Parts: sequence; C-alpha cells; structure tokens
Amino acid sequence: MTPTRTAREEMLAAIPRLRAFAISLCGDVDKADDLVQEALHRALTHIDSFQLGTNMLAWLITILRNLFYANYRKLRREVEDGDGRYAASLKSQPEQESKLEFEELRAALAKLAPDQREALILIGASGFSYEEVAKICGCAAGTIKSRVNRARSRLSKLMSIERAEDFGPDHVTRAVLSDNS
Amino acid sequence: MKRRKPASSGSKKMRTDFMQRRGRARLSTEVQRKIGNQLRAMYDDVVHQGVPDRFTELLSQLDERNDKDKK
Repeated sequence: MTPTRTAREEMLAAIPRLRAFAISLCGDVDKADDLVQEALHRALTHIDSFQLGTNMLAWLITILRNLFYANYRKLRREVEDGDGRYAASLKSQPEQESKLEFEELRAALAKLAPDQREALILIGASGFSYEEVAKICGCAAGTIKSRVNRARSRLSKLMSIERAEDFGPDHVTRAVLSDNS
Repeated sequence: MKRRKPASSGSKKMRTDFMQRRGRARLSTEVQRKIGNQLRAMYDDVVHQGVPDRFTELLSQLDERNDKDKK
C-alpha cells in the first residue's frame, strides 16, 4: 500500500527527532543515520500497521530501537574500536559549529547501559511521558523511572561537574595545582 | 562532664554531616539541571538540522516506486 499522504508527512516531520534520538543512542552520526534509514525502510514496508492519529515518532522510535538492539553487539564492537569516531564525523559536517561542550556528555552517555541511556534521552530530551516511554520500551513505568534515576546519577559521577569541590574554591586550588604538576 | 563532652562533639559532627548532606543534595539538583540542559541542547541541535536529503529522497523514491506498482 502507498503510504497515505498524511502518514508520509508525519514520517517526514518525525525524522529530525528520530535522528536526535538515534544519535544520542549510538553516539555516532553515521551509524545513527544508517539506523534511521533502516528504520524508515521497515516503517514504510509496515505502514499498514501504523494507526493514524497515534504517535508517529513513538512508533518509529520503537522500530529503531528494536533494530539497534538487534545490531547492538556488532555496533558496540565497532564504536569501541573507533576512538574519536564521533568527533571525526562532526568534522565532516562543516555546517556544525564546534561541539566540544557536548563531547563530555557524549562520552559519558556512551558509558551508560543502553537501556538507561535510551530512558534518559526519551524522558530528558524527547519529552515523552514515563507511560509513553514504558510503552516504547515494553516495560513498566516504574522500571523507566529507576533507569532514568540510575542514568542521572551515573552521568553526574562520570562528568567532571559531580564533585562539591568543582564548584568551590578548592576547584581553583586543584586547577592551579594540576597546572603546576 | 566527661560524658557530655563526646556527646556534644558527636552532635556537632551530626550537624556537620547534615549540612554536608544538604549541600550535596542541593549540588546534585544543580548538577542534574546542568545535565538536563546539556542533554536537551545536544538533542535540539540535531533536531534543528532538519531532514537530511537522503531521507527526503528515500521517502520520495519509495512513493514513486509504489505509484509505478499501482499502474
């Protein structure tokens, strides 16, 4: 069946957010875009099972994360092999400004378990409710809540802003000391 | 007197612990807000890039193919 105009338009409109989710999940623009492409293909071949009026983005994310987990082992090996792959892929996109400030977050995100990472992104950035995310991930809302909490606490530990000293005068002292060393 | 002394230093320690805990809790909220803002900024940065050509092309190619199949 030809996707109805509305479904196709909804699909187009959902792509930027689908990509944002995929890139946050993979930590690699090229891999993420391949995943988006695969998900769109699958979505188009199964467009009959999409119910108009329901959330297109949630449907596409459900498809994309299933593909991600199917490829997960392979993908993880490749990402671990390629240090700086993300930085390299950014350089190939001249329209983007330097995203150094995101690099630390990106590196910390990559260290999270993927189920915690996706929960944090879907709740913290995509703006879905706990119930919607629970549906996407096929688990209870309480499970999502605990994954988000664990993700947040792990992230704050991984990022350099986690310690009390980082906000106080000790931070300056330590910075001076480390400069001298 | 000898008994009260350790007790009072103990309560002072408790108060200090409490202050530190409260400080950490406040700090943690601050850290969480920073992480949240950064996460959204990173996400929105990609959202604002719009739809890359390869995906617009993919959707229209499939449309054309489907139209041909119909005829």
